[in-house]
Amino acid sequence: MDPRAAAIEDRLAGVRRIVAVGGSKGGIGKSVVAAALSLAWADGGRRVGLFDLDFTSPTGHVILGAGTRFPSEEFGIDPHVVAGVAMMSVAFFSGEAPAPLRGGEATNALLELLAITRWGNLDVLVVDLPPGLGDTTLDVVRFLPGTGFMLLGTASIVVLESVRRALRLLGEVGVPIVGVVENMRRDGGDLVEGLARSAGVPFLGSVPYDAGLESALGNPGRLRRTGFFDAVRRLAGRLDG
Amino acid sequence: MHEFALADAVVKAAVRAAREAGIDRVEAVVVRVGELQQIATDLFEFSLTQVLPPSDPLLEGARFVVEREAVVFRCRVCGREFGTGDLGEAPGADEAEAVHFIPELAHAFVRCPGCGSPDFDILAGRGVTLERIEGRGGDLPGSP
Repeated sequence: MDPRAAAIEDRLAGVRRIVAVGGSKGGIGKSVVAAALSLAWADGGRRVGLFDLDFTSPTGHVILGAGTRFPSEEFGIDPHVVAGVAMMSVAFFSGEAPAPLRGGEATNALLELLAITRWGNLDVLVVDLPPGLGDTTLDVVRFLPGTGFMLLGTASIVVLESVRRALRLLGEVGVPIVGVVENMRRDGGDLVEGLARSAGVPFLGSVPYDAGLESALGNPGRLRRTGFFDAVRRLAGRLDG
Repeated sequence: MHEFALADAVVKAAVRAAREAGIDRVEAVVVRVGELQQIATDLFEFSLTQVLPPSDPLLEGARFVVEREAVVFRCRVCGREFGTGDLGEAPGADEAEAVHFIPELAHAFVRCPGCGSPDFDILAGRGVTLERIEGRGGDLPGSP
């Protein structure tokens, strides 16, 4: 018997809400939106956690400028607090070393971190999912019941095809879908909104493409001054409603 | 070191398993500890026996038996099975600490001594497993 599953419930007992940021395809801005959403909520006075579940390519720590130092430990491990956001990432343990994990090993790493991380009392825990509908997404459904999924899409038929599949899967397994967000919006059109409408899930709005975003990554202060962040702040407000 | 957190998980799992199996009083909790996670067994056993059990009456007087298990890796590329003794140079302190917290991070630091691949399975000796509990009112065999 794996003892970790018994510990997870207690570790998350103080977490009021979990929002998973996903979207199937890589490169559509899931991690940046997840980190910015956490920051926006923290700026608004919420107690926020950010859990980077992309074990093979973690980047949340880069976006918030958290570094890769080891977490402190006493009766469990404590997330790093960066710009008001309590953050946990496998990068705090692996540093810059690549960690090639197969699916079952990613599950083990997830269980290990869930069993030992002391999140404490949080209003919301934002979970940054890796691309795809593989083990980690299924593990979140299994081990973090009640998690609401927010899916990102861009106005690309390639991306929309994968978001459509994700919506169908999550609907089949009865997972709450908080809504769909259009990211990197460059011009008019309503492809993403149309997809949300046809799937019968809320469309939460668009986040514009921001050419200045790249130079703000790694610095929460600069990130807050981008147009991108203004849009994410509005998104956080809608998710509160 | 996070022996207390691991021991806490074992105790919670043992209590849950005992209730599910209809055990009124647990007499023994058998725990398997994999070599890879480098648990400090004295601290782990101290947490099990001195810190945690009084939190639940089901475990009053229970013995905790900690069995160690050697780690066995098998390379997916060349098929070689190997253990920590085959790895040559010992891992650095930071690497050992990372694997202690998340054993899967062996993939970041361990390479097959036969072909150098990081693509291997951990067949045995990974981490902490609740092997079985014994007691009055029922019995729960361990899961493989």
